[in-house]
Amino acid sequence: MLEAEYILLIVAMGLVTYIPRWFPLFFLSQRRLPQWFIEWLDLIPVAILSSLIFSDLFVTGDPRQLEVLQLKSVVSVPTFLFALKTRSLGGTVMVGMVLFWMSTSFFGG
Amino acid sequence: MKARILSERQQALDSTIEREFDRAETCQGVERAQLRDLIKGGMRAAWPICIGYIPLGLAFGILAQKAGFDVLDIALMSVVVFAGSSQFIAVAMLSAGAAPVSIILTTFMVNLRHVLMSSALAVYLHSVSRWFLSIFAYGVTDESFAVNMVKFREVGWHPYQALTVNHAANLTWIASTVLGGYGGQFIAAGSFGIDYALSAMFLCLLVFQLRGRIYVLTAIVSGALAIALSLLLPGNSFVVIASVLGATAGFALKRYAQRDRGFYA
Repeated sequence: MLEAEYILLIVAMGLVTYIPRWFPLFFLSQRRLPQWFIEWLDLIPVAILSSLIFSDLFVTGDPRQLEVLQLKSVVSVPTFLFALKTRSLGGTVMVGMVLFWMSTSFFGG
Repeated sequence: MKARILSERQQALDSTIEREFDRAETCQGVERAQLRDLIKGGMRAAWPICIGYIPLGLAFGILAQKAGFDVLDIALMSVVVFAGSSQFIAVAMLSAGAAPVSIILTTFMVNLRHVLMSSALAVYLHSVSRWFLSIFAYGVTDESFAVNMVKFREVGWHPYQALTVNHAANLTWIASTVLGGYGGQFIAAGSFGIDYALSAMFLCLLVFQLRGRIYVLTAIVSGALAIALSLLLPGNSFVVIASVLGATAGFALKRYAQRDRGFYA
């Protein structure tokens, strides 16, 4: 798969990952960002994560369809509660995988 | 009178120079023995991250291998991109046939949060060279940021210790993704719930982000928008649009609430 197109994509992804990490360290080490921008930026991670999660859990198929009750969304309830209780990234990933694995074996995916 | 002011000025200047020297020493005057201790100290702080990265890296490697990526593809992505969630997203989007532009845009949006983290870290990294900052920036992740900020606040955390945390995590990530890419060939699709690793990781990262009512509201608005837009729009542009609209709505709500209570930020 290692083609020119893939390498270009990776390099572009690397750049858009590196620049947000590098820019403030390099240029803003003395200056401060405007307050409104900091506050807006502060809400970006939660917005992105929930956009990804909600569409992942409740939308399925091609063409896409809304499906609120499916294995993924049902398993997400105990997984979410486990994350809320333990705040452990590794633990949540393991618990989520085991629960999903068990329910696919029970209900046949 | 004049003489006293002058001597006070001289003293102030002296102390400034002294401070500058101290600063310079913290990054340049490191001997070999001291360097070894600094690396050891960094490793001690980094191990929880490394442990957490191993299953995630393995899961990523296996997932990518299942999606048709070979070990070299995986290694290249882990070295050049080094961003857990974006790598999962990229694999998912690539196998769904998404356009490169939307993958790059999504990666950018997902990693925009590092602007905030690097800004916060910059406060503690005044004394180091710009070369050091450029190398350090490569390893800024949610996890290394969280560990290093705690350590920097405790006072006495050396830039080299912070850099060690970044790179220990980085090496663990690369190694485990590559290992997962090799191991993936021996594991049947859908086993061990690997398919759910991504969803579970995002759920937990979301929990970390829910630090107050405004975050919960932003999450609900963005999530609802994402569902609606994903049904209306083709491709994956809905992620970026829903996130920007959701964050803006959350920000507006926050300002509105502040104004209501008579605060002017």
